[in-house]
Amino acid sequence: MVQSLDRLKESPSQTAGPYVHIGCTPNVCGIEGVFPRDLGAMMLQPETRGERIRIIGRVFDGVGIALKDALVEVWQADADGLYPSPQETRGKADPHFTGFGRSAGDMTSGEFTFDTIKPGAVPFKNSRPQAPHITLWIVARGINIGLHTRLYFGDEETANAADPILSRIEHRSRVPTLIAPRAMEDGRPTYRHDIVLQGEKETIFFDI
Amino acid sequence: MSAGSFYQRDRRWHPPALSPAYKTSVTRSPQRALVALDNTLSEMTGPVFGQETLGPLDDDMIRNFAKDGDPIGPRIIVHGRVLDEDARPVPGALIEVWQANAGGRYRHKKETYLAPLDPNFGGCGRTLSAEDGSYRFRTIMPGPYPWPNGPNDWRPAHIHFSIFGHGFAQRLITQMYFEGDPLIWKCPIVSTIPDRAAIERLIAPLDLANTVPMDARAYKFDIVLRGRRSTLFENRMEGN
Repeated sequence: MVQSLDRLKESPSQTAGPYVHIGCTPNVCGIEGVFPRDLGAMMLQPETRGERIRIIGRVFDGVGIALKDALVEVWQADADGLYPSPQETRGKADPHFTGFGRSAGDMTSGEFTFDTIKPGAVPFKNSRPQAPHITLWIVARGINIGLHTRLYFGDEETANAADPILSRIEHRSRVPTLIAPRAMEDGRPTYRHDIVLQGEKETIFFDI
Repeated sequence: MSAGSFYQRDRRWHPPALSPAYKTSVTRSPQRALVALDNTLSEMTGPVFGQETLGPLDDDMIRNFAKDGDPIGPRIIVHGRVLDEDARPVPGALIEVWQANAGGRYRHKKETYLAPLDPNFGGCGRTLSAEDGSYRFRTIMPGPYPWPNGPNDWRPAHIHFSIFGHGFAQRLITQMYFEGDPLIWKCPIVSTIPDRAAIERLIAPLDLANTVPMDARAYKFDIVLRGRRSTLFENRMEGN
């Protein structure tokens, strides 16, 4: 026998189940009056700096059906690439931006929407820049442990080509699953980004 | 405070994505391997919520939806600590919980189980861990509930937990079970976890020392989040 490392094990994950909304977005599922508003429902304030964008997408299962019970969370830097987190050491992030969003998706179409700002570039370990990106975390019934992925922006071709994460992905044909094209919808820059859990066009998920 | 990258997840301890006895996982599990991603700032940072996020009854599910009296069912206290893998307390962790009522009925538009709703029970709560990582809820013990997986599958009594640590890489959703419930060892969702010792980590023991006599029994549920290294920026690796 050797000495013990004396470390605890992380609590094991379990599925969020079909009723995740009761705890995470109660107002969306009809439980009103407990929390004044759902956490992460509004990412923007009038004072928030940066270009207003909208992100719209759906989460598809392995037979091509859109999930109607997924919960999607996003975490992103502000317009200057600073995270509104106490762990941020490079400067003070925009005080009018939380960087966190949460969407239960539409209960009939499954479409999730985030009204946010386009993030600035965040450095990689050696201060080389990463391309602007948003981290996404997806949980749902049937998903045993939350899935981490990223959204990169289709109009950042040069930055995407130099991104240290994207450029090290071996299966080049899968890289586009992380890149959302930009279009104007209702007079607002909109990025459509579907997540595919399984199959031919499966989204890249990360072990972070 | 330490603020480096997180220890890697032990994915043989967590449930795998595909666990066919839990049928919905069959079409909702990625088939390609996960792509390993060394933590960058995007994973090492995370949202932090303050007390201003919370209302006075957020941690009291006996009262936070009450209309004309207390909900029906066994009154319980659920408490414990949020720690990291180095057994250090994680203060300021936002913990969100949700559950069915005493009869196993969830208050949700898409729920159709014939057990009735309790007019005084909503089923959601949240709190922040204190400096020593401790947290506490008051609620009603949830009932088991049937679900359309196998022809006669019943979930053990459980409370769902969603936890934010200090970095987005610590994000975790899990479920708490109750000591002695015979349904635990028959449940296909519990059994997605391969290791019995890991399952036992989700079973809260009855805690008589924290039980309030003539009022509410207590169950103790500690939560462990990923530990982290102590430097934010690591040395540049060759070729990077």
